[in-house]
Amino acid sequence: MEPAASSPSRRTREAAEKTMALLFFLCGMAAVAFVLGICIYLIVSGLPAIRKIGLFPFLFGKTWSPKKELFGILPFLLASIAGASGAVLLGVPVGLLTAVFLSKSAPRRLASVIRTAVELLAGIPSIVYGLVGMIVLVPGIQRTFGLASGAGLLAAVVVLAVMILPAVVSVAETALAAVPREYEEASLALGATWTETVFRVSLPAARSGVATAVVLGVGRAVGEAMAVILVSGNVPNLPGSLFTPVRFLTTAIASEMSYASVGSLHRMALYSIGLVLFLFIMGINVLLRAFLRTDRTSRRRPGKS
Amino acid sequence: MDKRLSPARRRLDLALRGLLLLCGGLVCALLAFLLGYLLWRGLPFVSWTLLSTQSSMLQGAVGILPHIASTLYVVFTSLVLALPLGVGAAVYLTEYASSRRLAHLMEFAAETLAGIPSIVFGLVGMLFFAQRLGAGVLAGSLTLAVMILPILIRTTQESLKTVPQTYREGAMGLGAGKWRTIRTVVLPSAADGILTGCILAVGRVAGESAALLFTAGFGTVLLSYWEALRNSSATLTVALYLYANERGDMDTAFAIATILAILTLLLNLLAKLAGRRLKR
Repeated sequence: MEPAASSPSRRTREAAEKTMALLFFLCGMAAVAFVLGICIYLIVSGLPAIRKIGLFPFLFGKTWSPKKELFGILPFLLASIAGASGAVLLGVPVGLLTAVFLSKSAPRRLASVIRTAVELLAGIPSIVYGLVGMIVLVPGIQRTFGLASGAGLLAAVVVLAVMILPAVVSVAETALAAVPREYEEASLALGATWTETVFRVSLPAARSGVATAVVLGVGRAVGEAMAVILVSGNVPNLPGSLFTPVRFLTTAIASEMSYASVGSLHRMALYSIGLVLFLFIMGINVLLRAFLRTDRTSRRRPGKS
Repeated sequence: MDKRLSPARRRLDLALRGLLLLCGGLVCALLAFLLGYLLWRGLPFVSWTLLSTQSSMLQGAVGILPHIASTLYVVFTSLVLALPLGVGAAVYLTEYASSRRLAHLMEFAAETLAGIPSIVFGLVGMLFFAQRLGAGVLAGSLTLAVMILPILIRTTQESLKTVPQTYREGAMGLGAGKWRTIRTVVLPSAADGILTGCILAVGRVAGESAALLFTAGFGTVLLSYWEALRNSSATLTVALYLYANERGDMDTAFAIATILAILTLLLNLLAKLAGRRLKR
């Protein structure tokens, strides 16, 4: 190629290269910008109500009654915590054992069937879970325990447990698959049975993965809105028993936003609930990352775990 | 099993094996029950009139065509908005990023986005998009575009990583610049992975409800695409919520749920097929 002819085209090509590099960089920064934007927007719109109500009365006030201008979100906070803990207590053991079954004992064909089932469970829209829970589970609870209404904490816990199951299974399965085979072989060679090996060696070796699954499950359960709105009774009660109709942080926003008038303290307080929910989830994410990091470091030094 | 084991150990072994099988079975049973129940309860109400008309209070008729349309509008718009951004970000992360700290920051941001509950997206989308543009398909799609961005980034990144380094070296060796290498060699060989990401994103959008309540709105009138962009229109999921919670019309609610479940099945199948092609 002649140098005289190629130099202008090379210049345009270099310019194109630079523009594209910049464009890709901007695409990458978009995610960062979105996170910052969401953060700032939530803080700006969530703080005024908290400042007006006061942080302590807002977080620990026991009554939520927009008519009486009382905005205490303790009922929602406790309901969210109770719902998530219940879902984890119920969903994690089942998910964990399923993961063990999948990675250590199931025949290949059966494992692939179960894996598909897990994927499909993960793909079913949350509102569909809510609908089935509302029509099947709620009347079921009502009949079994002889209550006036079956909608309440227990129904929400069961629905949430089913919904966090897929995430727990897939995280725990990955963690179990990463346990070095030598550990298991050593255990078997020492005379342990297969189940003893799995429960005393493989699971403890994958414990940080298990912890990750738990934290992930909590995050999912706390953030879920549309499934629990249909089954939880949606009354701002303190969760006294398993059957109390409750309202969660998420469902408070979803159910009240449409009738809270624009500019009212009520609406502002709903924004504040959004902020609290966001901070809650961010805290959980930080925990999750901490677990993932210990997982990686312990993998690098196999002698320690 | 070894006959020399003590009876207690053998019993424990058997019990635990049984428990594992039970849990695996439970997961399958749950899915079978869900799908079976939905089909049994909802399929009889899925009729051509339901699918092809809109609801009318005057005639007491129920039709979900407007919701099917707005679901398609939202899926299309959010994907068009998010796909270039997601692929671009993934290309930057795998091909360009020279500063590790910056790449970590971007990956952290994407992970954080993935963890934010959809109701929070809905809240911010309402404050930021819907108050400026009015509740409608555009505001809803902008909100969902941010929500599906992490899915697109992650799947694209994973498939870009599987493109052999030698391809890039070959293209560079022939005198292609970096952008030309990406355009002609890297992206085409990662196309299947990007497609999988799109299918996953479509599933997420089609099944989303909390983020759309206050951004896309509750409208039940059939609108053309351009009208719908700025006018309230309920997607299938939001319509399901309306019929179940506000109107108490469970038959229609279950019909919509059945359609959504079938859609999930189909998308899952498609993603599997795309994934299999990817492996080849």
